[in-house]
Amino acid sequence: MKKMLKYSALAVAGMAIAGMTTATQAGELNVVSWGGAYTTSQMKAYHQPYTKMTGTKINSIDYSGGLAEMRAQTESGNVTWDVVDVVIADAIVGCDEGMFRPINVDMELAKAPDGTAASKDFLDGTLQSECFVPLIIYSTVFAYRDDAWGGKKPTSMKDVFDLKNFPGKRTLQKSPQNNLEWALLADGVPLNKIYEVLDTDAGKDRAFAKLATIKDQVIWWTVGAVPPQLLADGEAVFGTGYNGRWFSAIAEEKQPFSMLWDGQVLDIDGYVVSAKGKNIEEAMKFLKFSTDTQRLADQAKYISYGPARKSSGPMVAKHAELGIEMGPHMPTKYADQGFLTDFKWWADNSDEMKERFAAWLLQ
Amino acid sequence: MSEAKDILVKFESVQKSYDGETLVVKDFNLEVARGEFVTMLGPSGSGKTTCLMMLAGFEPATHGEIYLDGVPINNVPPHKRGIGMVFQNYALFPHMTVAENLAFPLQVRGMSKSETAEKVLGALDMVRLGGFGDRRPAQLSGGQQQRVAVARALVFRPQLVLMDEPLGALDKNLREEMQYEIKHIHEELQVTMVYVTHDQSEALTMSNRIAVFDDGIVQQLAPPDELYEKPKNAFVAGFIGENNRLYGEVKSIDGDYCQVELEGGGGMVKALCVNVDGVGSRTTLSLRPERVTIGAAEGTSTNYLEGKVEELIYLGDHIRSRVSLSGISDFIVKVPNSHGHVHMKEGDVTKIGWEADDCRALDA
Amino acid sequence: MAVDTANNGVVLAADGRPLKESLNRALRKNRMRALMLVAPLLIFVLFAFLIPIIDMTFRSVDNWHVGTLMPKTSAALANWDGKDFPEEPVYAALVADLQAGAKSREIGKVGTRLNYEKSGLRSMITSSARKSKRLKEGPYKAKVMKMHKKWRDLETWHVIKRNAAPYTIGYYLNAMDMKYDKTGEIVMQPENRRIYGKLFGRTFAISMAITIICVVLAYPISYLLATLPLRYSNLLMIFVLLPFWTSLLVRTTAWIAMLQSQGVLNDLFVFFGLVDDANRLQLIHNLTGTIIAMTHILLPFMVLPLYSVMKTIPPTYMRAALSLGANPFVAFVRVYMPQTLSGIGAGSVLVFILSIGYYITPALVGGTGGTLISNQIAYHMQSSLNWGLAGALGAMLLASVLALYFLYNKIVGIDNMRLG
Repeated sequence: MKKMLKYSALAVAGMAIAGMTTATQAGELNVVSWGGAYTTSQMKAYHQPYTKMTGTKINSIDYSGGLAEMRAQTESGNVTWDVVDVVIADAIVGCDEGMFRPINVDMELAKAPDGTAASKDFLDGTLQSECFVPLIIYSTVFAYRDDAWGGKKPTSMKDVFDLKNFPGKRTLQKSPQNNLEWALLADGVPLNKIYEVLDTDAGKDRAFAKLATIKDQVIWWTVGAVPPQLLADGEAVFGTGYNGRWFSAIAEEKQPFSMLWDGQVLDIDGYVVSAKGKNIEEAMKFLKFSTDTQRLADQAKYISYGPARKSSGPMVAKHAELGIEMGPHMPTKYADQGFLTDFKWWADNSDEMKERFAAWLLQ
Repeated sequence: MSEAKDILVKFESVQKSYDGETLVVKDFNLEVARGEFVTMLGPSGSGKTTCLMMLAGFEPATHGEIYLDGVPINNVPPHKRGIGMVFQNYALFPHMTVAENLAFPLQVRGMSKSETAEKVLGALDMVRLGGFGDRRPAQLSGGQQQRVAVARALVFRPQLVLMDEPLGALDKNLREEMQYEIKHIHEELQVTMVYVTHDQSEALTMSNRIAVFDDGIVQQLAPPDELYEKPKNAFVAGFIGENNRLYGEVKSIDGDYCQVELEGGGGMVKALCVNVDGVGSRTTLSLRPERVTIGAAEGTSTNYLEGKVEELIYLGDHIRSRVSLSGISDFIVKVPNSHGHVHMKEGDVTKIGWEADDCRALDA
Repeated sequence: MAVDTANNGVVLAADGRPLKESLNRALRKNRMRALMLVAPLLIFVLFAFLIPIIDMTFRSVDNWHVGTLMPKTSAALANWDGKDFPEEPVYAALVADLQAGAKSREIGKVGTRLNYEKSGLRSMITSSARKSKRLKEGPYKAKVMKMHKKWRDLETWHVIKRNAAPYTIGYYLNAMDMKYDKTGEIVMQPENRRIYGKLFGRTFAISMAITIICVVLAYPISYLLATLPLRYSNLLMIFVLLPFWTSLLVRTTAWIAMLQSQGVLNDLFVFFGLVDDANRLQLIHNLTGTIIAMTHILLPFMVLPLYSVMKTIPPTYMRAALSLGANPFVAFVRVYMPQTLSGIGAGSVLVFILSIGYYITPALVGGTGGTLISNQIAYHMQSSLNWGLAGALGAMLLASVLALYFLYNKIVGIDNMRLG
């Protein structure tokens, strides 16, 4: 039974995830990421220079996040993904379950150009899992239509929850994460006390109660491309989304939106290496190369996500194609207005919170 | 037909076209007397079924008027015409039992339950299906389904019943049996029936009068015997019963008779002048196989021709001989297997003779 | 005659073998040949359908994590009476298991499993495993108690003992909005966490509504298709089948453009004064959107069986009913409609079962009001990775579909179902 389960695990998970993966041959690497403009920026900044340098071919595979495919590959014993771009929450769970390889940051990664150890060079609080190497800092942040309320402009999270002065539909991600934090923030909880309050039953009730005040004005989204579209169509006046998406809408498509950096939730995205992959040595070489100071700075030329190394920050210049100064569009510039998600709290509580959130939506 | 007759159905110059270009029914006139059994007979595509559908109300007439009991019915919808109908494949409702099928026309007329039940039982008895009320149509044989269809068309006592090739799906024996049964029901109930078929023997067996259709036109309307013995044109002669055809040219006309010179070098024959355009015109001579004598002695018949026996088929009551004469090879003679008939062999050359009265000169 | 009945009444074939045996041999050959023909499909169904379903069902009760990854603790807890904290040997076993699990880096799976039952146990297990490396010698009880506050909670020990068993009904309890309370009794979830019962109910209600709407919409179209001349009906059929040939993305975009509050439909309503500009109708991202979109995509599954049944009903039935004196309405209701019941049944079963399992469309246009049980199953498959719960929900869905099918067979009869 066990053995059969192992093999059929692939079939079951295969239902959920599209994409055929090919077994890596010697001198090839399968690198998995989120697709779209984000993968393009990685191909330009990491893959192409690496192939040029070493001759190793890199197969870029797209996926839509989550650990389902990784878990299925690990259970079936046939791991074809070598390096995977994951959000930190998934990295923590996958690392605990032994899917990903622990990495000794100082021994196995590049130092900063000035010789600072890697563990000191990465931004504080980004090395949250021993298997995870951070690449970028992005944020989930509100944007609004400039023309929604005449000359009036929202300035804080309180305005998002103020239907009287700022009426109109809001579009939020269909997930308790971030929304509960914002509700507490709007309800007067200071930034550094959010998780402390949320860890109590009263705090959870308080967050849900605050969220309920705007519930009937919310359009819930599940796909990141939706909120900019809804704002563009005038279906919503406020929306949450990834800052990179807002950047493209505002800077590239010239949509009449503005960012509301207050209360932005910083999140970290980075690489993990499969623990049972077939090319671990090559994967580690690629990891060391792509996470050095220069490569991280290069990526920021193509997308408005902040590099995870302190030493890369000053090297971020203009957008490679648009010629826009990227500095003001980096979430890291407004870090003091936002907060970092408490991934450990969510790892413990997301099952319960997501059930409660789903039940709350049905009410 | 005498004027005193009580006319139930009347078609008056009825035309029908489906596509606005060709006429399926060209100029149809027909009167059916109350209690009469009239058959519309013709090959498929001749317009007979279309006429029936117009009478039933399923197809509107393009031109002309149809009367039922003296009332024009062109604008009366089918369900208000009160005409019973038996369809080609019976159209018994498959989701109802036999009894429910029979009760249907009574129920839609608002008849009480007890009266309905009584009439249904009566109708089942009439077609000898007393114990079959609870069965589904699919559980019955073809003949039984046929009888149910007839009973259903009659159970609400319509003054007129239409039948559209009702026996077409039955095998030969059953068909003949049903012909008599329908005929008897007709006689018993004195109901007026209009019947459509392409089977001439069926038409001959059952009808008071037969309308022979071809090409959207009634070729002849007459009782069965007249139709067989006195066909008005070559189509009717050929369509009803077996028929020998000889082609020739009219040389002279003398009262009811004419002299015809046969094509193929058969010489002159004398024929009854029925439907010819005059001297010099082409004509078809129609001759029934049983009216021809083979091995005729000189002086016993009006016409003689020399023929060669090509084939003999023994059929019990008669012997069927195929003879070649006057340039044709499929001239059929029926020799009755009576005491002392002439014995022939294949290859014999002999005299073939017939009377002028049995030989009808018709249109070419 | 080769038949010989003298041999004890057994009929023998020409070669002296019993006739039955000869017949069986002849039939077996045919059967083998038939089996060979369907073998590829059979193998395909086995691997692509049956095994995954069996696997899914197995996962919904499988509970290997604790027993396999913490074998010593499981054994030590077997005799624990549950009234008070366990004795020292249990803590020693626990530390040994945690140390082994930290070394093999698999202890996180235990955390994941236990966290389904009680929030917070994930970090308790993973942090304790890290800390356990430093514990060199006993007694361990006090040291374990110090590692994490949850160890000082009696309920934690109950959860571990309960999940030491190789099989569990925990996932099914969860799927039925139930759980174990502190003392191990089965109770309902608190009000604010009950979702699956509601979702099942809603899924069935929406599927029923969609089925009814499909019947109402498909019936006249199918009738038209079945009665029109072939060249027109073929053209019309293309329109009916169009949703099949459109990619999901195109279709979704079209729905959004059509239905959103600044969309075509609302613009028309406002233009004709049916709706006030300030109160445009919300037709998408809610229940209405789900029903409209799913009706659209599932309509062909109703039209096709209806059409194929209607196509076989000759027009003479209606004519016969009319000639028997029924007006067109009565004729239609009493003669035509009953004959289409098999088509309605087939179409309804198809549409109903398909809509129960649909999840992409509701996810795209359903918003919150239009979420169905399948969305939750997909969520547990792909995001939360709680495959046991996904398996339990899936198995319950499968069971209810089978029950419905059985009921349908009892009432209408599968033989009466005609798909075409």
